[in-house]
Amino acid sequence: MAGLRYIEEVVTLALDAKLCNGCRQCTMVCPHAVFELVEGRARIADKGACMECGACSRNCAPGAITLKPGVGCAAAIINGWITGGEPSCDC
Amino acid sequence: MSECCGPGQPCCGGVPAAVYDYGPTPYTVGQVDTFAGPVPQVATQLSPADARGAVRVRMGIARNDFRVRPGLYAVGRPDDSSQVLVTANYKLSFDTVRSQLDGRDLWLLVLDTNGINVWCAAGKGTFSTSEIVDRVRDVRLEQVVSHTRLVVPQLGATGVAAHEVRAATGFSVVWGPVRADDLPAFLDAGMKATSQMRRVEFPLRERAKLVGVELSVLWRRRTLVVAAVLLLILAATWKLAPALVAPLLTTILVAVLAAVAGAAVAPLLLPWLPGRAFSLKGAVAGLLVITPAYYFVFGVGSVPLWGWGLLAIGVAATSYLAMNFTGSSTYTSPSGVEWEMRRAIPLQALGAVAGVALAIFALVRG
Repeated sequence: MAGLRYIEEVVTLALDAKLCNGCRQCTMVCPHAVFELVEGRARIADKGACMECGACSRNCAPGAITLKPGVGCAAAIINGWITGGEPSCDC
Repeated sequence: MSECCGPGQPCCGGVPAAVYDYGPTPYTVGQVDTFAGPVPQVATQLSPADARGAVRVRMGIARNDFRVRPGLYAVGRPDDSSQVLVTANYKLSFDTVRSQLDGRDLWLLVLDTNGINVWCAAGKGTFSTSEIVDRVRDVRLEQVVSHTRLVVPQLGATGVAAHEVRAATGFSVVWGPVRADDLPAFLDAGMKATSQMRRVEFPLRERAKLVGVELSVLWRRRTLVVAAVLLLILAATWKLAPALVAPLLTTILVAVLAAVAGAAVAPLLLPWLPGRAFSLKGAVAGLLVITPAYYFVFGVGSVPLWGWGLLAIGVAATSYLAMNFTGSSTYTSPSGVEWEMRRAIPLQALGAVAGVALAIFALVRG
């Protein structure tokens, strides 16, 4: 996307290809084209583009995708620090 | 899930989720009879009132009452073979969707997301599997259509599990395009999305819209009160401590410039500012905006010591403001934002404290 990329090294996305059933849901729901299908199995093609929205893991019926989903928002994270709970944008 | 936290999105506005009177529905133009009873038919042309409402939302006025009654709507004269499009009851989303469907015959299933857009509501769990399941049952969709397909906007996938919707209702989810503007092309292609329709971008046009909302804070009552108080303090200073007038005026100038740099310049210049961290981009934007102003106010080589202190505070503030724009962006991961914050906040605090100390030291010394 027009050179706009964020801090990539800390992304929590992981895929257990052994569990993948090739349903393609992850390739459809990802807004940043992180996944591709190779020989009927999903593969992470661009992990650094992941924004951890969690659409892929929610739609992965066999549970092959794991990540820590959440809001990429400073105000939400500060809220989480203050309340000691999960980051939330109920500001 | 980003984009939700920013002032550009209504989920931060504290929208009440309780009982809500939806009021008149000027967007309906008739009704269509089905086996499940009459279904209101919506206009596919937006009215001047719709356009005015959109402007009011962008300016930060009218927000809480900007929702549509949830339920099933007809577009054109749909029948039992017509597609069902799912959307949120945020009026701007609803308006964008229906205005793209002019001349088509379709069903529109509006979920109750408390007047919040699809992506944001999906992240918050109101645009969800259970809301779709409940709404499909509530409108008795299986009596309205004879097929089992729901077109759900792709950005709803954060809150909706297609396989769970299918298990609970028998309806299978077809992921629609990210942008409602792509709906006509998507439908014409036999409900096939191109890879471009699946991508979220963050173009200048989008960023400019968000900046408009961020700057709308300038004409809120609170801002005007602060401005009035500042004028009073300024007048008092003029009388009591004339030596402090210049630092005070500079402080106000730096505060305004930092706000503009953090809330407008950094978002607009996002791709061209160096680094990936928004805090770094913001610090650079602060320098880019405040330094030329200093040149005009003080000239080259004659910035007073307290002026350097104010500059440090201004750059720290700009960096912090820009960092908060992560919430309005469409590509920042929470892990990345936290990583950035743990490094940037101590530096911002250091810059601000050092700036304050320097300015006070310089002024006390005279």
